[in-house]
Amino acid sequence: MLLVTCPVCGAEGDETDFHGGGQAHVTRPATSDPENITDQQQRDYLFIRHNPKGLHFERWRCDRGCGKWFHAARDTATLEFKAFYGITELPPAELIAQAKGPWADYFAQRAQETKKSK
Amino acid sequence: MKPRYSIFSLARNAMNYHKDWERAWRSPTPKAEYDAVIVGAGGHGLATAYYLAKNHKMTNIAVVEKGWLGGGNTGRNTTIIRSNYLQDASIAIYELARSLYEGLSQELNYNVMFSPRGVLMLCQTQHELRAFQRTAHANRLAGLDCRMISPAEVKELVPIINDDPKCRYPILGAYYQPRGGTGRHDAVAWGYARGADEMGVDIIQNCEVTGIMRDGGKVTGLQTTRGEIKTKKIGVVTAGHVSTIMDMAGVRMPIESLCLQALVSEPIKPVIDCVVMANTVHGYMSQSDKGELVIGGGTDPYNNYSQRGSFPALEHTITALIETFPIISRLRMLRQWGGIVDMTGDRSPILSKTPVDGLFVNCGWGTGGFKAIPGSGWVFADTMANDRPHPIAEPFSLNRFTEGRLIDESVAAAVAH
Repeated sequence: MLLVTCPVCGAEGDETDFHGGGQAHVTRPATSDPENITDQQQRDYLFIRHNPKGLHFERWRCDRGCGKWFHAARDTATLEFKAFYGITELPPAELIAQAKGPWADYFAQRAQETKKSK
Repeated sequence: MKPRYSIFSLARNAMNYHKDWERAWRSPTPKAEYDAVIVGAGGHGLATAYYLAKNHKMTNIAVVEKGWLGGGNTGRNTTIIRSNYLQDASIAIYELARSLYEGLSQELNYNVMFSPRGVLMLCQTQHELRAFQRTAHANRLAGLDCRMISPAEVKELVPIINDDPKCRYPILGAYYQPRGGTGRHDAVAWGYARGADEMGVDIIQNCEVTGIMRDGGKVTGLQTTRGEIKTKKIGVVTAGHVSTIMDMAGVRMPIESLCLQALVSEPIKPVIDCVVMANTVHGYMSQSDKGELVIGGGTDPYNNYSQRGSFPALEHTITALIETFPIISRLRMLRQWGGIVDMTGDRSPILSKTPVDGLFVNCGWGTGGFKAIPGSGWVFADTMANDRPHPIAEPFSLNRFTEGRLIDESVAAAVAH
């Protein structure tokens, strides 16, 4: 049984009080540039999923509390939650540093984009 | 040549108190190089190796397995075999598998206990009734022996079912495949392993893949916990762990790994001689030859590699089945376990070449892979041997997600995934 804490309203409960919403930080490419989307990008958005054994970042909803969506970092091998954070936020820096494989690539890319926009 | 199993070999060995049975397969050390290597010694991987050796005469091949053979989902499923899917592509591959199951014990000289006891998929809402009528028409057009049956016929086939028309989900009928049934899941893996081993295939257990070696766009070998193995063809057949292996080759997969639980009750006298799937309420049940009720349901709803599910998912399944079969309410459950299933977006499998030359993948069977083992091995072996998709495997390519050519079985599925 997973024990979850909502970072928005602070409600605590088990997994039946919340709703798992799958992989976090998926951005819809068609939102920013609808005319130049390739089939490959659309496929990645719709179907390709980070599926690590270990640290994973996902969306959850506080079903029986405030009803808000939020983010969670969880280990898929031990099922242990590492952090809960807001829906517009990135995970804590120490967890980003621990991310591996496709997640590490994703956060590296995000960091680069932020640097560029500054 | 191994001695064949028969009533005579059984009698002969009984004379020696069963002390002289030969090993069913060797435990070889890995060679430096093979013509092809299969990653994953579950049912699908072993069947692939068996048909590579048998149909395509590729005997210098190996199957590497990080644990023990048949220790993953092959030994964790609820052994249901059926082929009444909605889409033509699915019907072709599942029916090939089901028909191969019919002769599999003879083919392998290993009793896989295929028992075509009939599979009933209950219709408990008007919507479900109509959806199954649609599937029934699709299946009859494809030549499957399936039909809709009435509530009275359901009651006759399954006397323990709750036929109260006033209950929350009354039985409105069922979709019946009399040639579906169950098999002995471990025996399928063991039989294929023994058959493949006899033809010279090396089955290497306790050998975990840690890397895939590439030279530009093609594979050159595998790094494993037992050293490097060179090969030009790799078939990845690792179900729930497929993403972790494919990440090593840089191929992103449309897969999420979830936990699917199952459980068995204490053994009781025969009460149900077919398989009943109650899809609206999420539960299915059959009775094993030992008398245990074999029960399964839906997946836990979050990514999970731990082979442990959580209680709410089990409770949901049990609640549904007690409503459908009130007499089981006081049964004690003996064992409960979880397996890591590889779910695709359209709930259909992937049997495909990949953007990397020589790298093939067979995965995405999700919650229903056991029934497909012989057919999956047959067409995947053909795909690997000839380096082009077998006609039955072709619709199940990785490209379908880019092209939008989905094979949607999620709506038509037996149990909501």
